[in-house]
Amino acid sequence: MTRLTVNGQAYDIDVDSDDSDMPLLWVLRDTLGLMGTRFGCGIAQCGACTVHVDGAPVRSCALPVSAVGDKHITTIEGLGTDDALHPVQRAWIDLDVPQCGYCQSGMIMAVAALLHENPSPTDADIDAAITNICRCGTYQRVRAAIHAAANQRVSGIKSP
Amino acid sequence: MSRVPQINRRAFLASAAAVGGALALGFDIPLGSRTIRASESRSEITVWIVIEPDDSVIIRVAKSEMGQGSFTALPMLVAEELECDWTKVKAEFASPHENRRRNRAWGNMSTGASRSITASQNDLRRAGATAREMLIAAAATCWNVPARECTAANGVITHGPSGRTTAFGRVAAEAAGMTPPAQVRLKDPKDWKLIGTRQRRLDVPDKVTGKPIYAIDVHLPGMLYAAIVQCPVFKGTLRSVDETKLAGMKGIRRVVKLPDAVAVVADSWWRAKKAAEMLPVTWDFADYAGVSSDTIREELHAGLSAGDARVGRNDGDVDRALGQAVKRIEADYEVPFLGHATMEPQNCTAHVTADRVEIWAPTQDGETALAIAADAAGVPADKVVVHKMMLGCGFGRRGIFQDFVRQAVLIAKEVSEPVKLVWTREEDTRHGFYRPVASARMTAGLDADGIPIAWKIRTSGQSIIAAVSPRVMQFGVDRNFLQGLLEDMPYHVPNYRVDFAMRNTHVPVGVWRSVNHSQNAFFKESFVDEMAYAAGADPICSGACCWQKCRRSSRCSTPRAARAEWGSALPPGVFRGIALHDLQSSICAQIVEASVDEDGEVRVHRVVSAIDAGHVVNPLSVEMQTESAIVFGLTAALYGEITIKHGQVEQSNFHDYPMLRLADMPRVETVIVESQGFWGGAGETPVPPLAPALCNAIFAATGKRIRSLPLKNHDLRSA
Repeated sequence: MTRLTVNGQAYDIDVDSDDSDMPLLWVLRDTLGLMGTRFGCGIAQCGACTVHVDGAPVRSCALPVSAVGDKHITTIEGLGTDDALHPVQRAWIDLDVPQCGYCQSGMIMAVAALLHENPSPTDADIDAAITNICRCGTYQRVRAAIHAAANQRVSGIKSP
Repeated sequence: MSRVPQINRRAFLASAAAVGGALALGFDIPLGSRTIRASESRSEITVWIVIEPDDSVIIRVAKSEMGQGSFTALPMLVAEELECDWTKVKAEFASPHENRRRNRAWGNMSTGASRSITASQNDLRRAGATAREMLIAAAATCWNVPARECTAANGVITHGPSGRTTAFGRVAAEAAGMTPPAQVRLKDPKDWKLIGTRQRRLDVPDKVTGKPIYAIDVHLPGMLYAAIVQCPVFKGTLRSVDETKLAGMKGIRRVVKLPDAVAVVADSWWRAKKAAEMLPVTWDFADYAGVSSDTIREELHAGLSAGDARVGRNDGDVDRALGQAVKRIEADYEVPFLGHATMEPQNCTAHVTADRVEIWAPTQDGETALAIAADAAGVPADKVVVHKMMLGCGFGRRGIFQDFVRQAVLIAKEVSEPVKLVWTREEDTRHGFYRPVASARMTAGLDADGIPIAWKIRTSGQSIIAAVSPRVMQFGVDRNFLQGLLEDMPYHVPNYRVDFAMRNTHVPVGVWRSVNHSQNAFFKESFVDEMAYAAGADPICSGACCWQKCRRSSRCSTPRAARAEWGSALPPGVFRGIALHDLQSSICAQIVEASVDEDGEVRVHRVVSAIDAGHVVNPLSVEMQTESAIVFGLTAALYGEITIKHGQVEQSNFHDYPMLRLADMPRVETVIVESQGFWGGAGETPVPPLAPALCNAIFAATGKRIRSLPLKNHDLRSA
């Protein structure tokens, strides 16, 4: 048994020794049924699977579950709720970011981690930190929404 | 000066207008993870609309949603005429099996070619108007007043003389029982209140909170998982597989042999994938293991001067005019195969039981998914239930072929549980239906004034139609391959000929966002730039009419928007290129501002994209699609290349088939040309101009003419 803490809840997962290389992504999706974290490439290239491990953005498709230990995992399901959206999710709606939406969970998680670390990122900071792939090409709106979310957090103005 | 030829836009005929009946039947409609069960009590007012007692309006969408915004724009068309309260509208997918059962009441579900709005707008507006009249009739009956004295607005029906009002939800049940009016009048476009306004997309909230809305998210009790390994050489087959190697591996349920692939079914996808990848498999590569990009290039090159080309359009006498030309220019162009790289890899969940086949699919055409599932299962179509899910990108990958549906059903036939088949990214990259390889030889003759009097285009490449639907060939020519170069060619040159030497390979090809326009615009617009420089003319003329960028229609002011940009100042080291292209009734002109540094690195700073798509339903969606199309076109222009070696695709994942990332995103400014009188597409139109506009900017910057893509293969360092 392996104990995982996901979105504040502890789960005892039956991870066989054969499965010790199983990436966290597949435990989240297929064992815990948390489908918001998405599979895109399996080699940590695209970032669709980004979650927070102790607050840091991690590409869960390349993180063996055996390496997680007692660190706390946050997925998109734990970031905000329909009734209490995270400021990044709010900005994503306000700036009309998603198209197909498939990569957006990972994109939002990466951005939430960036803003936690750096509340007012410059464009260069954003370029360096946000390397997730969006095949629909929502990048222009992603950038605008990051600045909007940052301003909202800095000014403390509540979103409409 | 040449005249602008007057070409009538294709009339888009209204198909089956009969929306009808007050059917209220129970059926399942998948909406995200939730399945809404339509109950006997739901008030269905036309097949498109259900109105609940709480005034919420459910509008059904027959097309797929893959990011292009149909899930919002199509309901807007209905709501415009329905006169409902837009804030109370919810969208849901019409189900393919119910469509079949109701004799295709929702029409063709195929989603592509930028035609969702164009092909549906008439039926949807009529449905809205029909339902509005039925609601008014129900209220009038209830009040015992003439219906003509009643009006509807914002979900409320008002009886003028008495001032009485009622809400849609209160009369919906009665309205569902009304006879639909034989005729309805659609609003004059000047009276539209919703069409043409920026509306938030209805699918966005679920997409920012990680709701399980994609086929890959389907999670069923007791389900199994499948991973697949397909023959690396196209058209090869499975010879044998040594299953004994999997002995002792936990959770493995079954190895399923398919004609050209082997799948492993297990109790987790990770176990299935690991087992599939370690399985010793022997393939029969037939005669294709010797094919490479070089051998394909040679064949296409030979096609440029071969005698078997079929003519697509032939005006005047091009050879004679070439002989009379004062100046003659010639250039060869070529483009590679391209993959779709949908972010959601190919996948499908299937459950095959004795009396039913049920699938959950990322499909651009639910009807084709249904037909493929029935065929694979060997059951009549009425035994198949298809759940259409949101797509994690489409781009044409998931419409015609849907190989993943066939595979999932064939695998699920072997077990009693539902099975979710998920491809790895490597399988996805190596087993696509690629944008065809293509080459073109351009020959033009200019007169003493630099005006082209002759233009000959020889194309050579692989036909999609030959693989998909050979009967569509007209007189032996795949006219589809010549998209953008036939009647839709926007320039008038009196002696003009375009022909096509078909050179098919063993690599599967398919439709890829903008299809053959993608390469033909690169050929055409790059060469127009070459002609302009050869003539000593500016690539864009400031006069009212010039040969370079003449528009075929005076209605359209796209060039004016472009011209304003063209003359403005640029930062040092930044250069402009322009291109324009017609696609699916719309026209798009783009100006790319780019620089090339000493190391030959190309940077695109800004793209101004002007589109005339006629009536625009949701301008927000057009802006989003423009940004998307520019990233799509730029990714292909900079890096896009699927190459073949030993009969196989060499690329495998995003490290060697890269995508544009945020740091390289140019500033995109979308100009929507105010235009009326036709309905054009917008999802693909801004893709084709990007590559030629960029390459024309690179020529302006470096003097190097780019005649093949992608740019990563060119050395642009300053000499």
